[in-house]
Amino acid sequence: MKSHVIPALKITFFLLLLLAVAYPTLVWSIAKLSSGGGEGQTLKHKANTYYSNIGQSFTQDRYFWSRPSAVGYNAAGSAGSNKGPSNEDYLAEVRERMNTLLAQNPGISISEIPVDLITASGSGLDPHFSVQAAKVQVDRIARIRQLPKDKLLALIDTHTERPLWEMLGPEKINVLKLNIALDNLSGSQSVR
Amino acid sequence: MNTEIFGIVVMFIVSVLLAMPFGRYVAKVYNGERTRFDPIFNPLERIFFKLSNIDPRREMNWKQHMQAMLTINMLWFLLSMLILMTQGSLPLNPDNNPSMSADLAFNTSISFLVNCDLQHYSGESGLSYIGQLWLMFLQFVSAATGMAAVVVLFRAFRDRITSGLGNFYVYFVKSSTRILLPLSLILAVVLVFEGTPMTLAGKGTMLTLEGDTIQVSRGPAAAFVAIKHVGTNGGGFFGANSAHPFENPTYLTNLMEMVGQLIIPLAIIFAFGHFIRRRKLSWIIFGVMTAGFLILAVPNVLMEVQGNPAIAEMGVNNKLGAMEGKEIRIGAVASGFWSIVTTAISTGSVNAMHDSSMPLSGMNQLLAMMVNAFYGGCGVGLLNFFIYIILAVFISGLMVGRTPEFLGKKVEAREMKIAMIIALIHPFFILVGTGLATAFPAQGAATLNNPGFHGFSEILYEYTSSSANNGSGFEGLGDNTLWWNISTGIILILSRFLPIIGPIAIAGLMAQKKYIPESDGTLKTDTGTFGMMIFTVIVITAALSFFPALALGPIAEYFTITQ
Repeated sequence: MKSHVIPALKITFFLLLLLAVAYPTLVWSIAKLSSGGGEGQTLKHKANTYYSNIGQSFTQDRYFWSRPSAVGYNAAGSAGSNKGPSNEDYLAEVRERMNTLLAQNPGISISEIPVDLITASGSGLDPHFSVQAAKVQVDRIARIRQLPKDKLLALIDTHTERPLWEMLGPEKINVLKLNIALDNLSGSQSVR
Repeated sequence: MNTEIFGIVVMFIVSVLLAMPFGRYVAKVYNGERTRFDPIFNPLERIFFKLSNIDPRREMNWKQHMQAMLTINMLWFLLSMLILMTQGSLPLNPDNNPSMSADLAFNTSISFLVNCDLQHYSGESGLSYIGQLWLMFLQFVSAATGMAAVVVLFRAFRDRITSGLGNFYVYFVKSSTRILLPLSLILAVVLVFEGTPMTLAGKGTMLTLEGDTIQVSRGPAAAFVAIKHVGTNGGGFFGANSAHPFENPTYLTNLMEMVGQLIIPLAIIFAFGHFIRRRKLSWIIFGVMTAGFLILAVPNVLMEVQGNPAIAEMGVNNKLGAMEGKEIRIGAVASGFWSIVTTAISTGSVNAMHDSSMPLSGMNQLLAMMVNAFYGGCGVGLLNFFIYIILAVFISGLMVGRTPEFLGKKVEAREMKIAMIIALIHPFFILVGTGLATAFPAQGAATLNNPGFHGFSEILYEYTSSSANNGSGFEGLGDNTLWWNISTGIILILSRFLPIIGPIAIAGLMAQKKYIPESDGTLKTDTGTFGMMIFTVIVITAALSFFPALALGPIAEYFTITQ
């Protein structure tokens, strides 16, 4: 054993230099070339800067609501609910979310509520929701913002992100981008 | 939904297609043949060896290999305890995260050392950037340790009669520099361009559209996330692991991380065939593993797509499948598929919360870890599979009334004893651990996040994940307690090093034996029939050992929600 200690120490030192210093430094410098420069991708709107990948909590009626989050969209403490599928308390919570949606969106039927709007995401920071999650909220937003429904549906359409290369994975909508566009739309309407 | 299914088919096929040529490259690296990267790595490694007083030409026997491996691992453990328990006062800690307590540092150090990456902390609040970079280093070297070990097996069956089995340091360093590092670099570059942070700056602040101020954790994540997959480690930079939009920002990164974690375990199988010049044997091994993998993965995907019957009953639109704990950009299909990949190959990274999986999906995840050899982790997957091969050889030998032999070497009592012990300790750790935690509700039941059968599954999952060196969890479990830190820590060490030492000992012993040329009476091990034999041994071992525990957890839960 003893004869291995010195070589082990030394090789550990050199590999530390290579793997824990040189490698991350290289990745770090390459990241400078990316959009966001490795600091997290952002998008600017008016005076504010948002992290475009980090979901935000939207609970006001004038915005498209985002998905429920187990951590209240705390981006310094990501987590899912970790509730099991048979947990009664959990199922009661899901039912309550469903009832809230029904109450705040009069006129919609239960079968229109997509499951992603009543279940919490894995990270608690999901920046997206499904197309149906946007559509089910159109009536409410049209009423509150005094916007025509077809304009909202068109907005949803332009913000629907197609599967990767049109063939792989699900369709989705970035909630933040949609809501910013919604604010812009309301702004341009009221100016007119 | 079709695009989602197509997505996972592409992921799997791309992984296999890349792994085949990569396996040839891996075999060349370990064989010391010329590759096109020699001009970069030869001088670098020469300097490393020279300055470290290592003679790369010195051949070691299997015992010397194990001594070298255990010594350097011990050293990393001590360094790790030191770093994690002082990180709060070290530099590169912009978020002012505290040092770890002794028991948490013990668990974390071991967990990353043994390629498990069970995490009883959350990255955002539990580690400084020095701590993260250190764990990233452990992710490299623990994968390289497993790979260096499997090369000993390669060597033992290539040479006719030998006790010299190459040099541990050479295999270890080459695994790091020529295999893990280049792959990680490629993956890390994709990640940064897709939006994964790579910065030493601390938390960012933003005002949300609705006017709340929130803090956004960042850090040198891209480099970390890359080796986390390439080395089948699985420890997340952030608490939510690859469900976090920074660790896995797009469907493309999800695809790349999937390929990244599959490629080495798959390549090792093909490398084995090239190395010992029996490529047909590789295909048999690959076939058995793939059959097992698909038998677990396909039903899992179907169940996740169908969604939770208890929620469907409420009458909502359940088309997306089981979305609790899942991300929209990834979807139920790719999440279900990933959950079996990550448990089968011992990565343990998650892109959806396994605790919220459907009951029988959870069972398949458990089964993948209970078998732990359908591909398996970097290097160690094949070592685990080797034990099943030895068992199958022995049973087949008895059935036809011949002395069992594998690749021209007799399998005798000593090898069988070792194989049996290794095959039995895995269920032993899992079932005894689960039994103890269940017997002491103050330690076990009090830390659960869900009641009833699912709660039992949380305990079972934690010990299975520990013993399989997997690292994923039913993460609802409140596992940062003295009980969980110590008990899983001990299981982690034993279930890492014994299943490496055992197969290496068998291989080392067999390598020294006389080579018996093949004759008509030889049991052919590279045939479909023998493949089915191995598969049967695996099924019987797993089913008999674990069925009662599974019946109490996921199976019982399944029947409660389908009623």
